[in-house]
Amino acid sequence: MKTIFEQSVAGREGCWPCEGAAEESYIPKELLRGGEAGLPSVSELDVVRHFTRLSQRNYSVDSNFYPLGSCTMKYNPKFTEVVAGLPGFTRLHPVLPQLRGAGGLCQGALEVMYEIEQLLCEITGMAAYTMHPMAGAHGELTGVMLMAAYHRDKGNKKTKIIVPDSAHGTNPASAATAGYEVVSVESKDGIVDPAALEKVLDDEVAGMMMTCPNTLGLFERNLPEVVRMLRKVDALLYYDGANLNAIMGKMRVGDVGFDIVHWNVHKTLATPHGGGGPGSGPVGVSDRLVDFLPISRVRKREDGRFFLDYDCPKSIGYVAPFYGNFGVYLKAYAYVLRLGGTGLRRASENAVLAANYMRKRLSGHFEVPYDRICMHEFVASASPQAKDGVHALDFAKGLLDRGYHAPTIYFPLIVPEALMIEPTETENKETLDKFCDDLIELAELAKTNPEALTSAPVNLPVTRLDETRAARSMELTDDL
Amino acid sequence: MIPEDLLYAKTHEWVLIEGDVATVGITQFAQEQLGDLTFVEMPEVGDTFEAGTEMGSVESVKAASEIYAPVSGEVIEINEELEDAPEKVNEEPYGSGWIVKFRIKGDPEGLLDAQGYASAVESEAH
Amino acid sequence: MLAVIGVDSVDDLFAEITEEMRPKSFDIPEGLSEMEVLSKLEAMAAKNATDRVSFLGAGFYDHYIPAAVDALTMRGEFYTAYTPYQPEASQGTLQAIFEYQTAVARLLGMECANASVYDGGTALYEALMMAVRKTKRRKVVVSEALNPIYRVMLGSYTTNLDVELVTVPYKDGQTNLDGLKDALDDSTAAVLVQNPNFFGSINDFTELFAAAKAVKAVSIMSAYPVLQTLLKTPGEMGADIAVAEGQSLGLPLSFGGPYLGIMTCTKTMVRQMPGRIVGRTGDTEGRTGYVLTLQAREQHIRRQRATSNICSNQSLCALRALVHMCALGEQGLRRAARVSIERAHACAERLTAIDGVDMLTKGPFGNEFAVTLPVNAFEIIDKLTERGFVPGFPLGRYFEGLENGLLVACTEKTSEEQIGIFAEMLRGALK
Repeated sequence: MKTIFEQSVAGREGCWPCEGAAEESYIPKELLRGGEAGLPSVSELDVVRHFTRLSQRNYSVDSNFYPLGSCTMKYNPKFTEVVAGLPGFTRLHPVLPQLRGAGGLCQGALEVMYEIEQLLCEITGMAAYTMHPMAGAHGELTGVMLMAAYHRDKGNKKTKIIVPDSAHGTNPASAATAGYEVVSVESKDGIVDPAALEKVLDDEVAGMMMTCPNTLGLFERNLPEVVRMLRKVDALLYYDGANLNAIMGKMRVGDVGFDIVHWNVHKTLATPHGGGGPGSGPVGVSDRLVDFLPISRVRKREDGRFFLDYDCPKSIGYVAPFYGNFGVYLKAYAYVLRLGGTGLRRASENAVLAANYMRKRLSGHFEVPYDRICMHEFVASASPQAKDGVHALDFAKGLLDRGYHAPTIYFPLIVPEALMIEPTETENKETLDKFCDDLIELAELAKTNPEALTSAPVNLPVTRLDETRAARSMELTDDL
Repeated sequence: MIPEDLLYAKTHEWVLIEGDVATVGITQFAQEQLGDLTFVEMPEVGDTFEAGTEMGSVESVKAASEIYAPVSGEVIEINEELEDAPEKVNEEPYGSGWIVKFRIKGDPEGLLDAQGYASAVESEAH
Repeated sequence: MLAVIGVDSVDDLFAEITEEMRPKSFDIPEGLSEMEVLSKLEAMAAKNATDRVSFLGAGFYDHYIPAAVDALTMRGEFYTAYTPYQPEASQGTLQAIFEYQTAVARLLGMECANASVYDGGTALYEALMMAVRKTKRRKVVVSEALNPIYRVMLGSYTTNLDVELVTVPYKDGQTNLDGLKDALDDSTAAVLVQNPNFFGSINDFTELFAAAKAVKAVSIMSAYPVLQTLLKTPGEMGADIAVAEGQSLGLPLSFGGPYLGIMTCTKTMVRQMPGRIVGRTGDTEGRTGYVLTLQAREQHIRRQRATSNICSNQSLCALRALVHMCALGEQGLRRAARVSIERAHACAERLTAIDGVDMLTKGPFGNEFAVTLPVNAFEIIDKLTERGFVPGFPLGRYFEGLENGLLVACTEKTSEEQIGIFAEMLRGALK
């Protein structure tokens, strides 16, 4: 498909934003650019056709089952878009609360921030939240900065953060970004092994980052022991909220001893992912970390009015220019209000039910390395099929051909040929069954006609793409 | 096959020592593990390294791996052809895919011969 | 389903969560109907006064957004897709990102762009870290005339890192070019400046960037995308990295987010760039297609050695920016920029005609400028806000000694009539 730049015709005009010729130049010539930028000159209809056609070259939750493990691709209820589009929110300039009296102009927005913080505190059992981090990894970075502030305040000399080998890549990257040395700890039987942890745990450990259930979809049974071990060396425990969809109403991370947690609002709380973002990654903390939360903090006066508190002497400072992705967590707030406590608990129950059902239906056709009760997702493996030359990648492409988005296959690193499947609670049984039937059929096809899989997909706008060429030739814009 | 006339580091670099000059590349095994290379990050001429420290990296589409200096010394030449043709490392890892040349400082230590490296690879594969 | 799994109840699936790990409380109100949620939130939205005429900018501007932006970017096929990990099923998102990269690279006169980061401040921090990695130096020279909101972010992000920020004070409402040049030496990793600067004044940094190049430091400029259709580009000035807050390209103000961190750089810096990058390639049939590329820089492959921890970005905001630029086109965007500049100049003329009100911004400016008032700016803001006008941003909030300074922004949405009323109100308030 041609790029929009290739459709440009000199002199063709698009939307007319405003009247006013304004030819007079207020800026001396030497401060102006040499020529035009080269943005497209196209009509509005050209733009509408182009982007409509582009959209049709995508799989999405609205059009396809999307069991992408670790990404919680649940359905995004449409009414939350109406909420986020209310002009009373979209037209609000972010510096208003800094204008003294003008804080009175944004009471509704401050109330949203206050209320969602309260709800997230209760769902996870934490003492306080910041809504500022703008994605999960940003929440992780904020969390690690909070750890650093805590230890600095206590005069602790800490240099290391422990990360299980099954962790998301963002965990070690976030720890390193905040200046820590990363120590990996091996899993045993799919979960954190206290004996292995003992070996790497010492006074220099600032904290440990975990997710529970972990990336294999397994519940971390040794959690209470891990908490006790970390407390002994004054190390903090961080909860990666990527997998919160499994445990709402079933376990609160604050109750079991986590000090820091981030949410991926674009996963668990149903805000759409937009092809890669924007997300929102609120961070909750236990009592001993509240003073270190980012500036500013939303507070409620006795008269019921809200204000932003900028007087936070122990704070880690600013991780966002303002209050994070307000327009995103506004949708999450609407979602939580709609589901309520019972609805959230039921969401987790149904997510876990769906994952276990699929696990059972597929085991026997695929290797399931940890074939026991899983939580909201599970990892199957195409290792047996790979011996005959059909890899997880080929199954992924075969599924694309049948109209499904593929499971996660590049992750977790500790399972070769992984097919990480997360159905979520919003898919019905018929969809789960059809997917399982089709995947089982592909497993048969791998035996009888492997070529059909290794050459897939053939039903999409393009076949497999040459990624090596892309990396070597580096065509990163229409000009390079 | 692992050439007999070279020495090897456990981190999969090979070394050809000629007088006080060492030519360094990555082994056949290493390039196979990585797949088609898309980029070789090389040090600059004049940089000095202690043996065992990181001096560059190689990247493929799905993996990246650090290159460690197998000997101590100063970089006197880099293989500039790799900047536009990293695939040479895949095609001829022991030939035109060499990466840097060092002027060696001190005696090389802890390097393996072909047989020693073969058994190191063997044990890593299992 | 339970029978297939081989358990009796859903509770059995959660048996591993033992009694000691169960919630101590879970006091969340019962769910509401869609209609009830909507009316609750409509009531909350109504508590926000968005009917005020606003001259607020400070890096975040209320430009007109063509209707096509919402209509196209709200399509579920874009909106409810994940990161394009399966390229064959994501050509829509991938090609759009490629076109976005092209558009912002052209706008800023740079060679490469990434798929976005969270916001303009994070983009600046990531640019700083690119320079630190590339030069293996730790001193970073920062202009005080850079948006103070970003300066505090840089300070927070680098607290735990071995990086030294050297801030060069502004001079007479101007970026202090000589001071910045003097601060450069052979231990400098980067110099960070903004154009137009926080006070609205427009500069040419060509000489400064040449001086940085002479000591092998990296030149980083923060830009304002709408004006960049007219202004000399960071590329033309010789910047190595150019970043911008992309909010003014089709994103509503939305109380601070979601916004868009635009990052562009020269080809020689691209391997230091954080985040996702899309590249063009071909399929097995020879057709053109797009993939995520240079991924070996990223956290899912390199883990703690990655160039950044970023994973989710602001993809949909980047799409909005792209559609916005396409729908307005080069001419539409230039017109919006010109009209905004014209209104700001008209406004400056009206305000400075008032006794005791003087220009603080010196030299050429775009659609934003600062004035000094005879009284504390907060006082005026309080008075005018009560009457339905938010007159601007109080510089005293961040700059000691500028308590009487007011930063005023106009866009093409600011009418001449509003400017007139604003000036009369200010005159009245100062009497």
